[in-house]
Amino acid sequence: MVNYPRWAIAFTLIICVWGIVFASSNFLRESSQFLPDSKVRLGLDLQGGAHLLLEVEVDEVVKATLESIESLARRELRRRKPRIKYTGGIRTEGNTVVIRGINPGDLETALERLNTIDRDLVVTNVDNSILMKFTKEALLARRQRAIEQSIEVVRRRVDETGVSEPTIQQQGSKRIIVQMPGIEDPERIKKLLGQTAKLNFHMVNEEADVSVAIRTGVVPPSSKLIYEENAGQNIPYIVYREVVVNGERLVDAQATFQDGQPIVSFRFDAQGGQTFGRVTTENVNKRLAIVLDGKVVSAPNIQTPIMGGSGIITGRFTVQETVDLALVLRAGALPAPLIILEERTVGPGLGADSIAAGKLASLVGFIAVVVFMVASYGLFGFMAAIALVFNLILIMALLSVLGATLTLPGIAGIVLTIGMAVDANVLILERIKEEVRNGRSPISAIDSGYRRALTTIIDSNLTTLIAALLLFNFGTGPIKGFAVTLSMGIVSSMFTAIMLTRFLIVIWLRQKRPSKLPI
Amino acid sequence: MRLLTLIPTNTKIDFVGKRPFAFGLSILLILISIGAFLVQGLNLGIDFRGGVLIEVETNGPANIEKLRDVLGNLGLGEVQVQEFGNPNDVLIRVQQQDGGEKAQQDAVIAIKEALGDSAKEYRRTESVGPTVGTELIRAAVLAVSLALGAILIYIWIRFEWQFGVGAIIALSHDVLTTVGLFAVTQLEFNLATVAAVLTIAGYSINDTVVIYDRVREELRRYKKLSIPDLLNLSINRTLSRTFLTSVTTLIALVALATLGGPIIRDFSYAMIWGVLIGTYSSIFVAVPALLVFKLSRESFSSSNSGSEGEIKS
Repeated sequence: MVNYPRWAIAFTLIICVWGIVFASSNFLRESSQFLPDSKVRLGLDLQGGAHLLLEVEVDEVVKATLESIESLARRELRRRKPRIKYTGGIRTEGNTVVIRGINPGDLETALERLNTIDRDLVVTNVDNSILMKFTKEALLARRQRAIEQSIEVVRRRVDETGVSEPTIQQQGSKRIIVQMPGIEDPERIKKLLGQTAKLNFHMVNEEADVSVAIRTGVVPPSSKLIYEENAGQNIPYIVYREVVVNGERLVDAQATFQDGQPIVSFRFDAQGGQTFGRVTTENVNKRLAIVLDGKVVSAPNIQTPIMGGSGIITGRFTVQETVDLALVLRAGALPAPLIILEERTVGPGLGADSIAAGKLASLVGFIAVVVFMVASYGLFGFMAAIALVFNLILIMALLSVLGATLTLPGIAGIVLTIGMAVDANVLILERIKEEVRNGRSPISAIDSGYRRALTTIIDSNLTTLIAALLLFNFGTGPIKGFAVTLSMGIVSSMFTAIMLTRFLIVIWLRQKRPSKLPI
Repeated sequence: MRLLTLIPTNTKIDFVGKRPFAFGLSILLILISIGAFLVQGLNLGIDFRGGVLIEVETNGPANIEKLRDVLGNLGLGEVQVQEFGNPNDVLIRVQQQDGGEKAQQDAVIAIKEALGDSAKEYRRTESVGPTVGTELIRAAVLAVSLALGAILIYIWIRFEWQFGVGAIIALSHDVLTTVGLFAVTQLEFNLATVAAVLTIAGYSINDTVVIYDRVREELRRYKKLSIPDLLNLSINRTLSRTFLTSVTTLIALVALATLGGPIIRDFSYAMIWGVLIGTYSSIFVAVPALLVFKLSRESFSSSNSGSEGEIKS
């Protein structure tokens, strides 16, 4: 026992020094150039902030893609000469676009043309019908791309609002986690993220009669019926399906004023500007509908051709609405709608309160445990208390180095560790006591106390560690935060009990050579 | 210096002999737990049930009655309003909204609008939609079952099968009665509670393993002692440690419960109960269970004879 091997001494000291070095920056007000700048990352529940779990409605992407395939197919068959007739219509059924009733003589040409639409499409025919379907891989790839694009757009929108250091990452196959430290009231951001912001310009079909369309439900095939929401009323419009220009061509959008009214001004890229110029030249004195997410924002009359690639969106906006509209237009449209599955927001007051409460509980718990240990075991209890201090230092160091996040349940884990960490020491000390009672000399009592307690310590700590690691792996939110500190606490308490207190006892033995143990 | 001695040395308490009483008590506790669970059910938090929770600090002491009236008329179904910690702090709970995730978000907006200027700071806003709630339940059940399973396997490998079965019985006893505690008291059962239940499991198993280790050791040392005497001896010899560790853990937990703030208070209560029940079950359930399952020296030494060499005393 007195021959505590050199390597073990070195190892113990190295770990302790490492712990002090890496935990220290957490206790300094300013960062020091001599110490690693690693700090424990606080969870949103402690520093305050908003956590949002979003789901990308990827099925909408697939649906939209199939819709566009439908209209492309229609064009391929009808517009190119010779026109191919189909009597059964074009419909989307599940994930397949079906064209029915094609003249057998035209089948081959039809297949040939439809095959040019998209190389990920599998085009087959059953009797006189043609089936167009995406391969599984292509569907998957499209979904993943939609998620990635969504993350990009979410990031841009969040960045534009000026949130500092947001974390935005994918979770699972179609979810996005957005964490925004310091955000107390995320309603505006939620509203921004809730908009798809697909901007399209359509010409209004002036020839169609809106009232007839509403009454009969019949709209010319080239057109569609959409509405403008205005002070609780819906104003109907019939617009051509064809998109004149879309929001993807926008390079900038700004909130501004015209005649005292808040409006959004925008600028197209070169190609968008050209198209816009041509269309407005061809359609002077006709109305151009500005459509955002399937709703008409406004449908102004084109008074003069708009050259130069910039324009304005007027409407019944508040200033905040123009600011937000300009923001989402700048950041780009989401490929699919987002829904908010979960929100957890903690205000700065509660976060600070939680930290203060956690600190106080840790401190009081720590002092009480130390007093109790010293009262029960005297000098050895004091050594166990030193081990406990290092235990906490090592947990802080591990948290800092591994970049783990400390949450409120995590603090609970630390406090629990304070209570449980002394267990290993208690096991050893009780064993030593027993050996002393059996009449052993101090050195031999300590030696066999350690040896006998060791298997028990390993068995009991490993079982708890197993539970903690499983919690970490399969748990979510608070469970995870708790498991992090609990498992770190178990590992460091095993180290401090087996290596550190032993080291302290060895030094004491060598110095004093006691004939009787104070236990 | 005179040291504090809470447990006298060389106690000779007949723990195992009290097992009819202990088993009766445990069965009663479990029956109460299951009964309360079936009759009253758990007071599930929004983590599992879905819904909205808003903690708001008001300008000046809150008029709970008035708030209840205003929020109750928003058409959001069941709305609970209660004081939280101090008179300026109000906790609002709204049930899961029909109409999916969107309705849930609209409810948050409606409440915040209704509160208007009376809100000084939104201390906490949690909204969990129906999808996530179901998933969280599944994840929690999975985590608990896996943890229990893994512990069982570990003990099975390290000890004899009787130990594994005894440990799992003690563990299930603790988990059941803790869930029962939540059913009886109607304290909120949420994700943090699941973490508490699992830690209780960890603590309880830790405690059990310490005594089991001692049983194994004494089995090898005392070849003549009857099994009940040997079990009693093992419990008595570890009693001081069992007690001390429980006390230090309880000290820390009481600090957490009284000073750790309202959010983790329920969690701390669960843990305190868990330490008490875990300590009880290690002594009065886990060890006597070895007798019930007929632990014998033969079954033990036959498979562990290889390690006999290291236990010279």
